[in-house]
Amino acid sequence: MTGRTTTIRVNTLARVEGEGALYIKLAGERVTDVRLKIYEPPRFFEAFLRGRHFSEAPDITARICGICPVAYQMSAVHALERALGLSIHPAVRLLRRLFFCGEWIESHVLHLYMLHAPDFLGYQSVVEMARDHRQLVEKALRLKKIGNRVVTVLGGREIHPISAVVGGFYKSPLKQQLHELVDDLKWARDMALETVHWTAGLEFPEFEQDYEFVSLRHSDEYPFNEGRLVSNRGLDIGPAEYEDHFVESQVKHSNALHSVVRGRNSYLVGPLARFNLNFDKLTPAAQQAAQDVGLQPPVKNPFRSIIVRAVETVFACEEALRIIREYEPPPVPRVEAPNRPAVGQAITEAPRGILYHRYALDESGMIIAAKIVPPTSQNQKRIEDDLREYAPRVIAWPLAEATWKCEQAIRNYDPCISCATHFLKLVVERE
Amino acid sequence: MSSDIKHEGKRASKFKRHSKPKIAVFKFASCDGCQLSLLDAEDELLGVLGAVDIAYFPEATRAAVKGPYDIGLVEGSVTTHEDAHRIQEVRRQCKQLITIGACATAGGIQALRNWKDVDEFINVVYATPKFISTLKLSTPIAEHVPVDFELRGCPINKQQLIEFITARLMGRKPNIPLYSVCLECKRKGNVCAAVAQGIACLGPVTQTGCGALCPSYDRGCYGCYGPMETPNTASLAHQFSVLGQSDAQVTRAFRVFNAWAWQFRKTSEEYEHK
Repeated sequence: MTGRTTTIRVNTLARVEGEGALYIKLAGERVTDVRLKIYEPPRFFEAFLRGRHFSEAPDITARICGICPVAYQMSAVHALERALGLSIHPAVRLLRRLFFCGEWIESHVLHLYMLHAPDFLGYQSVVEMARDHRQLVEKALRLKKIGNRVVTVLGGREIHPISAVVGGFYKSPLKQQLHELVDDLKWARDMALETVHWTAGLEFPEFEQDYEFVSLRHSDEYPFNEGRLVSNRGLDIGPAEYEDHFVESQVKHSNALHSVVRGRNSYLVGPLARFNLNFDKLTPAAQQAAQDVGLQPPVKNPFRSIIVRAVETVFACEEALRIIREYEPPPVPRVEAPNRPAVGQAITEAPRGILYHRYALDESGMIIAAKIVPPTSQNQKRIEDDLREYAPRVIAWPLAEATWKCEQAIRNYDPCISCATHFLKLVVERE
Repeated sequence: MSSDIKHEGKRASKFKRHSKPKIAVFKFASCDGCQLSLLDAEDELLGVLGAVDIAYFPEATRAAVKGPYDIGLVEGSVTTHEDAHRIQEVRRQCKQLITIGACATAGGIQALRNWKDVDEFINVVYATPKFISTLKLSTPIAEHVPVDFELRGCPINKQQLIEFITARLMGRKPNIPLYSVCLECKRKGNVCAAVAQGIACLGPVTQTGCGALCPSYDRGCYGCYGPMETPNTASLAHQFSVLGQSDAQVTRAFRVFNAWAWQFRKTSEEYEHK
């Protein structure tokens, strides 16, 4: 094998959200080049947010991603509330956590059953998978639908919900509306538990890496929309310090800017990071489910993220049930937000990992600067680093299979390229 | 949105009753939300997948069957030179080409660049501006190739997508209303937000499809489905002024997800230059 040059090329990455391509070059078993190419066109969100009023930011930034619009809306409202010095009612805070529960359920279930599981079972798609596993896919769809229902009750629709606003919600739900979700959510919790066991029964390659995991951490809850940003290498900062500790660097061979921890290297955000850094904050049943299948932090095999997504789905169902039990509608759904010059930052946990927003406003509340760092851009370099290690292990396989394995390794991160692209600095190589 | 798009496809009866139409899903500049709507139709998904042949849908499957396709669903707007070429090829491959969502139908939110200097935008967002390759305008698919049907919305209504596919399978006209949000809002029994509370609401000029969502949640419509059949945008813009909106606010109200649709564009430009 030594000396032979092999190229793994995937021109259109499938089962990811957005448009990307993969290029790996090996000389013998040595990887000489890895490029996760992003050819999704740039959309310039940070630029056209300038000159819009801050009240428009939640609706506009939701359009960055159709899969996780709730996280975009939540990072936007929290950043702006911090800027404007608003404090929200505890009931509104609960509703926002419930909003996240819904999005995590629908997004995790979409990824783990529809996009990722077919890799483990050798199907091209969930359509093929449904031919042999019809009942399972039907149940998975029902589970996903329940997540979408939670989002819809709060936000009117599952994609680009319309009720989130700086200061709260346009309208808060009645107790009765939330109670109607309880039976579904109980079924969902059981199905999520079943999913933990089902995913744990899949076959995983032996592949562990020494990651820096980065996620939010909150003193008494599994993180959604609040907390300090921590890592297993001693990072412990507030959201406002994010830009002091993370930098983007351009790599010559790549089409994308890479995000790294200042003075260190690539890092991993998302379910694996949250699970490893916040295991103690999961509900007892979610902890138990993980332990039952032998999943203990730190999980360093990215392929096992599919089990972690199932565990987080159990958590999201239980958390949703708790919130619904405790919910009393707020006296008013939202507090009025004043116009004033200010700067505010926030980080929330999108299904795929931390999502950073910063806004600067002028005296009439118009946005003069915006910065948005989505999770997939942060995982980008880490994905390439994984492939650099993983590709040599599969290269002895027939090329088609090796390619598929590499694609699967990318899908471990549930990459959302649509999100990443307005940020990923798309560069065209010129002769 | 070009006015010559035919909502009644003559080709509707083209599919033989028992053959499965080959469907392809293509993505241009967008958020993925509209194609996700198909996967979000949880109750109908397996039924739909049984009735059609998903030949190309990268978001959902690795398998890719070569064209030609019976139906091409196109999400996203054209913003790069490559995509301007690609849409021509997509058109050649598809017997029917359907745009799904505000990006494909009206240029999307990214069409806000169309009133700015895109080079300045690149400078704002990108560290190495000279390497960015993008067009000055974000344009709808119909500005590049003929479109057979358009599904509106940011995002589309998944039930309308299912209705469209069903209608095509049955060889009948899809039942997609073209009237305004107001009609649906009245039917829901909502108290009019504009009249009762003085809220600036785009409902009178916006095509329905969302189920009059925003007024049901105590806010004004912000125009996700774009202009309705015969929108009187000038009159509504005047009403916004009467309600106390500044010219800049009126401009922004018409300049969101369907900003490049000509009826909205015209009004926003009038108020921008007032």
